[in-house]
Amino acid sequence: MVKARELLKKNIMLVALVVITIIFAIGTEGTLLVPQNVTNLISQNGYVVVLAVGMLICILTGGNIDLSVGSVVALVGAIAGTLIVNMELNIWLSILICLAVGILIGVWQGFWIAFVRIPAFIVTLAGMMLWRGVALIVLDGLTISNFPQNYLKLFNSYVPDVFEGEFNVVSVLIGVVICLVIIALQIISRINKKRKGYELENLISTLIKTVAICGVIIALTVTLGRHNGFPMILILLSVVVIIYGYYTTKTVPGRYLYAMGGNEKAAKLSGIKTNKVLFLAYVNMSFLSAVAALMCVARFNSAAPTAGTNYELVAIGACFIGGASAYGGIGTVPGVVIGAIFMGVLNNGMSIMGIDSNVQKVVLGLVLLAAVAFDVISKRRSKNA
Amino acid sequence: MANMMLEMRNITKRFPGVKALDNVNLQVEEGEIHALVGENGAGKSTLMNVLSGIYPYGSYEGEILYQGEECRFSEIKDSEEKGIVIIHQELALVPYMTIGENMFLGNERGLRYGINWEETYTKANELLNTVGLREPSRTLVKDIGVGKQQLVEIAKALAKNVKLLILDEPTASLNEADSRKLLDLLLQFKKEGLTSIIISHKLNEISYVADKITIIRDGATIETLNNKTDDISEERIIRGMVGRELIDRFPKRSESHIGEIGLEVRNWNVYHPLYHGRKVVDDVSFHVRKGEVVGIAGLMGAGRTELALSIFGKSYGTNISGTLLIDSQEVNLKNTRQAIDKKLAYITEDRKGDGLILDNPIRINTTLAKMDKVSKNGIIDKDLEVIAANDYIQKLKTKCTSMEQVVGNLSGGNQQKVLVGKWMFADPDILILDEPTRGIDVGAKYEIYCIINQLVAEGKSILLISSELPELLGMCDRIYIMNEGRMVGEVMKEEATQELIMGQILKSSKGV
Repeated sequence: MVKARELLKKNIMLVALVVITIIFAIGTEGTLLVPQNVTNLISQNGYVVVLAVGMLICILTGGNIDLSVGSVVALVGAIAGTLIVNMELNIWLSILICLAVGILIGVWQGFWIAFVRIPAFIVTLAGMMLWRGVALIVLDGLTISNFPQNYLKLFNSYVPDVFEGEFNVVSVLIGVVICLVIIALQIISRINKKRKGYELENLISTLIKTVAICGVIIALTVTLGRHNGFPMILILLSVVVIIYGYYTTKTVPGRYLYAMGGNEKAAKLSGIKTNKVLFLAYVNMSFLSAVAALMCVARFNSAAPTAGTNYELVAIGACFIGGASAYGGIGTVPGVVIGAIFMGVLNNGMSIMGIDSNVQKVVLGLVLLAAVAFDVISKRRSKNA
Repeated sequence: MANMMLEMRNITKRFPGVKALDNVNLQVEEGEIHALVGENGAGKSTLMNVLSGIYPYGSYEGEILYQGEECRFSEIKDSEEKGIVIIHQELALVPYMTIGENMFLGNERGLRYGINWEETYTKANELLNTVGLREPSRTLVKDIGVGKQQLVEIAKALAKNVKLLILDEPTASLNEADSRKLLDLLLQFKKEGLTSIIISHKLNEISYVADKITIIRDGATIETLNNKTDDISEERIIRGMVGRELIDRFPKRSESHIGEIGLEVRNWNVYHPLYHGRKVVDDVSFHVRKGEVVGIAGLMGAGRTELALSIFGKSYGTNISGTLLIDSQEVNLKNTRQAIDKKLAYITEDRKGDGLILDNPIRINTTLAKMDKVSKNGIIDKDLEVIAANDYIQKLKTKCTSMEQVVGNLSGGNQQKVLVGKWMFADPDILILDEPTRGIDVGAKYEIYCIINQLVAEGKSILLISSELPELLGMCDRIYIMNEGRMVGEVMKEEATQELIMGQILKSSKGV
């Protein structure tokens, strides 16, 4: 019983996500889970996942946030538009330049935050205004549209269906392959653990977990198959999530992020160069902002000076809903992905139901507050116990 | 006989695992200066915190009689209303506020939503006059020296209509002239009828101002001496402070294998990181041999932790100068990473504040200082980590449910073991242990001592910083005595006694 409660507590946001999905599926009379809408959900919220993962890295270092994200998205988008549309530069070269610009912006902000030790809030608030201004200058206040097809295809297309049937079989095949990989990894890890004589996770719970994950993946790929197939953007997102999930859990620099957020003094005395950790977190954030910018210009097929407005807030929201601690040191990439999907479903569901967009904002605000309040209160209780 | 101003009867205060005060009695007469003396951790500050309501009624046992009536304070405001004001060792002034604003902070003149600044500053200037501080009350506190700040604290107390003034180490950070001025001020207030309690380590100051001296040791009152009738020589007071039996609380070291010099420091100077003019470590030289346990005795604020941190990759202070030799080779450690790579370890006195990551499990804490032992190309091998964590749990007999237990949920002694394990994992040759047994029970202390013995048997050099003299006497081969940033003495194990060390510390204090 205690175990069940603990399990529930650990996965509370996942449960909340399932509940809210069911509620909206009923509320929208099934429209929410229609293949076309699922595909929409992914392309609409892809950038949130990318930005939220970057934001998580910053938050982990000690509750630091980055307010400049939206403006960086606008600026990098503006540069992408200028290079690709106006100058008709090679798209790969343009993408490289855009990513480099993202890194440079990160170096600039990271320098002030980590080495001069100006609070991140202030540096990125300045960045928010600064980069928006630069974006406006680059675009001269105008919007660049009509990106070339070969660029748009990179982000907006689907994995081609070799069988060319009514139903996209390739999508399902991808799903099956992913499931097989997951199952194989589980089996290898179990065998390894057994061989080295480590404690094994309960077989039944492992089975249930694996079956549930594979079930979701198959259901998703089948749904996508019934529409246009497996979107390219989902491949990009998966790569980002896998890389950063691995980075945060399995690498030494990843461990240092948590150590710094958990207790900066202890981390410093343990020989961790905390300034460097902080610096890299912000370089990475701006790099991922550039990635998101490239996704966004493709999706809207335009680079507008107002692009990316409020993106930073959505990313921060996804992190906190996903269980990141506002004080740093706690939070996971899968949690943040759940937070991002949660916000996406909430937005999308309410839109389909025709709820007034002003009301939507009220709901989002309350949900964010509730999520963080839950985090703070549950922690206080566990400290008292 | 004068009226009894304050009587604290049978005060007992428990903290989880320890009895900080055990049936303490204190009687203070009206219009006297009463001194409270005792070693670090004897319970002086705890007693004053009980009196001022920081530890509210109900969290302790016993009763407090003040001006003849029983008091049950539940917060500081309650005791201040009765005229009991405590001035803490660390000054509690806000640097970027003016003297006047500080003096009336929480006690503002005028209306709640309409502060009368004219009245505030006029009144402040009057009070500053009383304490003999010639400084306009509109000066920012950060712009005046520590000595003057101390006077501001007293003026602030006067602004609250103080009847019983408690001063916790008021002269700890003052120079001779300022200390003298402060003590004379107290004597002057005494003539005007103010009662005060002063906590101090400077015995010459105490015999200068105090009418009575109450000695506290290990959370119990030992005796109260009267300036007029009793012998209050320093020797007499020191005997009261340390006079406990030394029982066999320390494990024997089989035999010593003292070898070459492992760590040597020459002419080490460190300045305060914020107040660049303040020298925290002043021309300190010492050495530790392999297989040797060397202690540093001293009072709180003597600069021992600052010395250790400045050696450990310049983790404290500015303008650090001096020579550091490891295995007779001069090294320049710019950061903690380099210090660890040179096989140096510093085990902090504040395991919760800057030693452990409380939200993280034992496993993650154990490997943090030496991640390259459990990783390849930056990729962590969790299996190696598990082995390492379990290894140290067994070696140090850490009591826990598993290596995945969050360290914040462990007892103090077991947290300390995790911290020690973390640094043993870093393979150091030289370990600096700063108050390694603070706040842990006797059994756990014994186990920590055993670990120390085991480490020196392996030929490691140990520098042991401790405020508990018996611990130093029981564990060390040699003890340095540090006071006010300087090394003021060195004694071998054979000749060391508590009286000798305490005497050296107190005599070297720049008193009046």
